[in-house]
Order: sequence, then C-alpha cells, then structure tokens
Amino acid sequence: MSMTWDDVGTAEVLLGFSPTPAVRRGAREEPALARIALIAVAFAFLTLFLFVPLVAVFTEALRKGWSAYITAILEPDAWSAIKLTLLAAAIAVPLNLVFGVAAAWAIAKFEFRGKSVLITLIDLPFSVSPVIAGLIYVLIFGLQGWMGHWLSDHDIRIVFAVPGIVLATIFVTFPFVARELIPLMEAQGNEEEEAAVVLGANGWQVFRRVTLPNIKWGLLYGVILCNARAMGEFGAVSVVSGHVRGQTNTMPLHVEILYNEYNFAAAFAVASLLALLALVTLVLKTLVEWQVNRQLKGNENEH
Amino acid sequence: MKSLFLRQHSVLPGFGLALGFTSLYLSTIVLIPLSAAFIKTAVLSWEQFWSIVTASRVVASYELTFGASLLAATINAAYGLVVAWVLVRYRFPGKRVIDALVDMPFALPTAVAGIALTAIYAPNGWIGRILLRWGIKVAFTPLGVLVALVFIGLPFVVRTVQPVLEDLEADLEEAAATLGADRWQTFTRVIFPTVMPALLTGFALAFARAVGEYGSVIFIAGNMPMVSEITPLIIITKLEQYDYTGATAVAVVMLIVSFLLLLLINCLQWLSRRREAAA
Repeated sequence: MSMTWDDVGTAEVLLGFSPTPAVRRGAREEPALARIALIAVAFAFLTLFLFVPLVAVFTEALRKGWSAYITAILEPDAWSAIKLTLLAAAIAVPLNLVFGVAAAWAIAKFEFRGKSVLITLIDLPFSVSPVIAGLIYVLIFGLQGWMGHWLSDHDIRIVFAVPGIVLATIFVTFPFVARELIPLMEAQGNEEEEAAVVLGANGWQVFRRVTLPNIKWGLLYGVILCNARAMGEFGAVSVVSGHVRGQTNTMPLHVEILYNEYNFAAAFAVASLLALLALVTLVLKTLVEWQVNRQLKGNENEH
Repeated sequence: MKSLFLRQHSVLPGFGLALGFTSLYLSTIVLIPLSAAFIKTAVLSWEQFWSIVTASRVVASYELTFGASLLAATINAAYGLVVAWVLVRYRFPGKRVIDALVDMPFALPTAVAGIALTAIYAPNGWIGRILLRWGIKVAFTPLGVLVALVFIGLPFVVRTVQPVLEDLEADLEEAAATLGADRWQTFTRVIFPTVMPALLTGFALAFARAVGEYGSVIFIAGNMPMVSEITPLIIITKLEQYDYTGATAVAVVMLIVSFLLLLLINCLQWLSRRREAAA
C-alpha cells in the first residue's frame, strides 16, 4: 500500500461519483500547503501533550537501570498496592457490569416515565469531582458521619479501609457499562427478543441466547473502560484510603507516596505498570471497537 | 410498578426487576451519598455557609480552577478540531495508531499523568528546560495547572467532533465549491456551522472534567495558597484538618456548578440531535 499525503475524497469514491478533477480538488480538499500545515499542527499538539509524557514515564522508570526497576516493583509495599488495586477492580467492575446490563435492559427495551431523568442520573458520577466522590462516603461512614457511631460500636471500618476504597471505585466507574450498552441496545430494537418470547423462551433464555450475543462486544468495551478507570482512580480513593502503607494503598496512591518521598525512579517504575495497563487498554479497546463496527454493519446488511 | 411507570405494554419480561435493581443501586451508590453533602451543609446558617465559600483563599481557588479550565477547554476546542479534521480527512503514515492514542488521557491514571507532566515541564525537564530559557516557568505555577487540564481534556473535543466530520455529506461542500466558494469560505460557512454543536458539547465536557480534576493537577501545580491551589485541593486540605463542614460547603458549591454544566451538556446534545433529525 502506498502511503501518500494525497487524499481523494473517500465519499466520492464510494459513491462512484466523479466530477471533473478541477471541481473535485477544490470541493473537498485544501491546498497541499494547508494540509501539511494542519497535520503539522495536530502532530505538534499531540506530541507535546501525549507522546512526550508517555515516553517520559518509561524513561524516568528506567533511569536507574533494570535492577532498580525490578526491585521497586517487587518491593512488598508495591506488591500489596498491586493486589489491592486488583481486588478493588475485581469487585467494582462486576457490580457495575450487572448494574449496566439491568439499567440498559430497562431503558432500551421499555418505554417508561422518567426515563430521560434516569439516564441523566446514571451519568451523574462523571460530572462529580473525584474528590467529592470520596468526601460523600466519609460523610456517611466516617467517625463524624451518619453511620459513624453505629459502625465504630460494631467495630466495622469502611472509610480509611478497603471497603471505602471499593465504594469510591464503584462510584467513579458507575456509568461506564450502562453508557455503552444503552445506545447499542436501543439501536438493536426489540424484535429478536419479542420473537423469542413468542416462541416460548423465558426471560433468562431470551437474555442469554438472543440479547447477550448481540451486545457482547459493546459489553466488553464498557468493561475495558470501566476496568482502566477502576485501577487508575486517584482522587476519590485518596480521600477514603487513609494512606496506610502496605494496607490501604492502591497503585496510584503508592506512586504518590514514593513521589513525595523523592523516590522518583521507584514512583515512575510503579507508574510505568499503570501506563502499560493504559496502553493494553487502548489496544483492546481498538480491537473491540473494530468488532462492534463490524457487528453494526452486519446488522445493517441483514435489514 | 409496571402499571405505574410503563407507557406501553411490552411482551418482554424483566422490566420490574431491571428498573427496581437500577433504582436501588443508583440510590445506594450515588443519590443517597450525594444528598449527604447537601444535608450536611444544611446545618450551617446562610451567613456561615457564605463566609466559608467566599473566603479569599477559596475564591482564589475558584478563579484558578474555573479560569484554567475555561482556557484549557478553549485550547482543546481549537486543537481538538484540527486533530479531528486531520484524522478524518487526511491519510498519513501511523494514522490509526495516533487515532487510538488520542484516548490516552482517558486510560492513563491521572496520578501517572501528573508525575509525567511534572517531570517534563519542571525547570530541569525536557520541555521545561527549553521554556526556562525564554523565562517561562510551567511546573509549580498556574501555567502547570493549565498544562495538566489540557492533557486530561484532550480526547473530549476530538471524539465528539470526529463522528460529525465523518458523516458530513460531500455534496454540500461540492455545491459550495460549484457556486464559487473558496475552501476557506466553504469551511466557515458550510462545515463549521454543522460541526458547531458537537464542538460546543466537547468543549463543555472538557470543561466539566477539568473543573473537578485533582490527580493530574496536584503534582504539577505547586499548590501554593492564593496562587496555584485548585478548589478540589481546598476540599482535601479542609478534610485533613477535620473541618468536615467546611469541606462539604465548598463541595456543595462545586456540585451545583457540575449539575448546571451537566444540564447544559444535555441541552446541547438535545439541540444537536434535533438538528440532525431536522436535516
């Protein structure tokens, strides 16, 4: 495949529409100089704000060599932070997955009062500052909070302990799966499910055999994004964590502690694991996106 | 419950269960905890509340948070439009990789972004060193806050504008060209008005995200009171001093702003959908 800077308007090619070359050039294209300038501007912007920071994470992580890098990651506190991060994500993601499917089922398959209000409320956690997400759980479960006395009488710790971290993680990743599934299930309509019901399938069978195969890629897409945010959340978790090294520190919090101790190489070593996670997330996301588009195109061709 | 809410009868099962679970989960995780902030603040008299949320240090933090967010969202709107345009219209090597990388700020944990940006823009960093020669300090100044906010808001405008550019009909531009418009006229009179609602939505999303951002900012900001201290940090500082009421009062101000922004975004999206339907 030859890579050229010259782009023939793709829509015209697809439509088999070919006006005279002079009109075509002028109609959908800028002069070559403008094109190169625009690409250069886009590149410069992305380089400054995206590529350089990404490269910096890995360069700084390896500044003191591979052995220091490995030591920083295998250190017990780092290890327990990794485990806590995985645990929080392992609880938060499945819960939000179940919620997302239930919400999308109600919203996409039925017409009911207050639907648009419900959709707005589901999006709410995205517009709340992570710091406030942490704060509200402190207000309820903290010592001065609504349930503080009762909890301390029963020796239950939620805030400044693992349950608080899990709750804060659930809050910040709340909308991801629902948000992905609602438009997808709305686009697919009810006909297939209705046919299955008429043929005698029960609710679970309809969901497993008809709905799930249709939404599996969209579902996976939501889960990938939800997981990335769950593992990377900083602000909300920071408020409810209590920052006990080796106990209530997630990976991002561990990065902060190391950084504040001027242990930069170790901080960037742990950060590089999170950056790798982000890169893997992007690769998976791109692959899944491709599948979703293929499925949507397939659906269009069927109808 | 069914007869109360359903507008239309459906043969599909599970409405009651799905809506019931959705409402319960939403209330437990989001609505009841959020209402706690408002109830907590209600114990304050109006004068007490007002004096907390208008203390000079808090006001300085609003100015920085909202000012830097507005500026960052504007920068993102301008450059995001260029990036979206380049990704949709031109072919160049590495295009698909770059397209995927645009989502990086969504996937990269904010703390990682924060320390990476600080390392680069610090006086001895790769870019900070060059800028220092011109006398520009980025890290540990309000400018650092701006850099972090541009980073985290970067994907919003690109991702809202991209699909609209992809769906743009070729005949509109061709008609404009046939009628004698040059490329710049076609862009300002034909393409830009079509893209405008999406651009505004992306701008509002980037702004809303920037206002609440904490993780990427605190490393690079320097966090000097009255100078480079953002509002979310004020909340954290008050919490660390066990001033729960004070923290909550400032949080309520931010929540109200967030709700208003959410309302605005919904209106914008509704408007652009209506436009689409009309076209």
